[in-house]
Amino acid sequence: MTTQTALAASAAVSGGEAVTFWILAPLALLGAFGMVLARNAVHSALWLVLTMLSLGVFYVLQAGPFIGMTQIIVYTGAIMMLFLFVLMLVGRDASDSLIEVLRGQRVAAIGLGIGFAVLLGSGVYRATEGGVPVGLEQANEIGNVHAIGRLLYTDYVFAFELTAALLITATIGGMLLAHLERRKEDKRDQVATMKARFAPGNYPGPKPGPGVFATSSSVATPARLPDGKLSDQSTPDILPLRELTAEETTLKGTER
Amino acid sequence: MSPIVLAQDPSLADFGQDPWWLVLIKILFAFVFAVLATLLGVWFERRVVARMAVRPGPNQVGPFGLLQTLADGLKMAFKEDILPKSADKVVYFFAPVISVVCAVTALSVIPFGPMVSIFGHQTPLQVTDVPVAVLVVLAFSSLAVYGIVLGGWASGSTYPVLGGLRSSAQLISYEVALGLSIVAVFMLSGTMSTSEIVSAQGSGPEVELFGLAVPMPGWYAILLFPSFVIFFISIVGETNRAPFDLPEAESELVAGFMTEYSSLKFALFMLSEYVAMVTMSAFTVTLFLGGWHAPWPITIWEGANSGWWPMLWFFGKVIALVFVFVWLRGTLPRMRYDQFMRLGWKVLIPVNLVYIVGLAGFLKTQGWERTDRLIAYGLVAGVLMLAALFWPSRRPQPKPTVQEQVDSRPHGSFPLPPMDLQVPPSPRTKRVVAEREPANVAAGQDSREV
Repeated sequence: MTTQTALAASAAVSGGEAVTFWILAPLALLGAFGMVLARNAVHSALWLVLTMLSLGVFYVLQAGPFIGMTQIIVYTGAIMMLFLFVLMLVGRDASDSLIEVLRGQRVAAIGLGIGFAVLLGSGVYRATEGGVPVGLEQANEIGNVHAIGRLLYTDYVFAFELTAALLITATIGGMLLAHLERRKEDKRDQVATMKARFAPGNYPGPKPGPGVFATSSSVATPARLPDGKLSDQSTPDILPLRELTAEETTLKGTER
Repeated sequence: MSPIVLAQDPSLADFGQDPWWLVLIKILFAFVFAVLATLLGVWFERRVVARMAVRPGPNQVGPFGLLQTLADGLKMAFKEDILPKSADKVVYFFAPVISVVCAVTALSVIPFGPMVSIFGHQTPLQVTDVPVAVLVVLAFSSLAVYGIVLGGWASGSTYPVLGGLRSSAQLISYEVALGLSIVAVFMLSGTMSTSEIVSAQGSGPEVELFGLAVPMPGWYAILLFPSFVIFFISIVGETNRAPFDLPEAESELVAGFMTEYSSLKFALFMLSEYVAMVTMSAFTVTLFLGGWHAPWPITIWEGANSGWWPMLWFFGKVIALVFVFVWLRGTLPRMRYDQFMRLGWKVLIPVNLVYIVGLAGFLKTQGWERTDRLIAYGLVAGVLMLAALFWPSRRPQPKPTVQEQVDSRPHGSFPLPPMDLQVPPSPRTKRVVAEREPANVAAGQDSREV
């Protein structure tokens, strides 16, 4: 890795680096285009994974092995996985519709996108053209990982801690908003259920069944209690209580 | 450890010096090791589980049934390759390939042994090493999820999707615990390169026992025991092995993400599972069990840690760990999914965080004066005790007796049976009957209707 650092510092592009770049750069671009053009949301996510992996290798190539691996572990491994998780729940047939809601927005978007890419690319190119990287070797003197750790916990410790606090707040906020948990006291346990069952006013036994076999074959027919009253507990709540008339219970002559 | 042995430890500068044919030999060796480990691993697992279930296991094909897996693999290759009608064809094809590639590639940074001489070249027995080699293994294990998740999704049916979803949640959760448990190793060894972690475990403190200087192993499994336990639990979850094999729980999801797979694609998934098991075992050996270093009784022999011998110790340790994997599968029932998630998020990760903070404090205070150290420890202990003292706690309500509960019932409640009614003793237990007092069946204080 020391040799790689030296190579990156000397601004000379070695053969291996050039070959890797020219293989992976088209792949990264292909992934980016595929991500935009794919109709299926999961395919879109997979194209983006390709781009992210290529970027990770570029970081390693530029003598930043730690950030390269972090890119792969965090972005490809965790964040894109969560995206996929959600997309899989959405359903595999959910594709983009081809109907344009705003007239001409696709052409406008393509034009503006290309314009933005040209602006950004040319700006970065002009800014870095002919520049010689300086101080890379000094920065990596104690090793890439150690140097990053030292910077994070000395010069940038405030920003680092602040970002951590922000992320924790966002996580806890998300959890509070999305997660609904009843308190332990609010949950009705078995003892409370039994107490309510034997409380005065509640009949603890099983509810009487409807009078299905007595006069008709309808579940709407209520059961008759020993004292002759109709039991409103024997029929479903949505059905009105009514007793069938003699006319309704006589045979209709259809069974012959 | 004698200095001659220490000189065998490769450093990062020893990598990247090999000619191309040597690199090719090493890559080929790692690949062949992975495939052979699968062939023998399946046989090993079946034999061991069979022994645990008092069965002979596969013993017909070849000596001791060694060729059973080969026969099964050949048969599998000639089976019909079924592509479900609703499958996403490209993704369905690539999913097993991703799994295998990730599992095999992680082997490239595992050190198999020290510097050896191959055809006159002094070279370490390891394909390559980088300053972030441990992160490389983690990266590939996090990419391996894609194989499982995409395989489940692309199959286009319900059980595989459920298996894939379970798997993605499982691997993301357990990767956090996994990464945190390695942090302690980084703190002690001061490096992320696998070969340097192994050499950092080469020498441990010597302990005087009965006048004999016994070198304590510098293994992090002993020095960082809590980390080791959490790490091992996490890799069992990470490799989808029992009792954490929820993505392919056969009693719930048929075969989980590989329900629709058949023929060679299914074989690739099987291959990736066993290679991942072996890779993770080798990774554990590297991080916590001293890598290729010989364990204590063997180190009495001077040449134990030089030449090709260390490979033997390394394989021995890996086989022992694979045996533990099989042992777990043979003994433990599968966990329920919510219990599994609770274990990961509410037990392993918090314990790990507290342990890392404690370890950092301990390491930081090592160089201090004795009094300063005691003051620091005392302060921490005092703060903890104060927190425990003022921790808001709810005073438990005194539990009402049965009589109080009966008395508090409003008038008109459903009649209760007498509370002190004893069950009449069984006539068959004559001796007990003689000793027992007669059952109180008379209407007493509690048998009134309330």
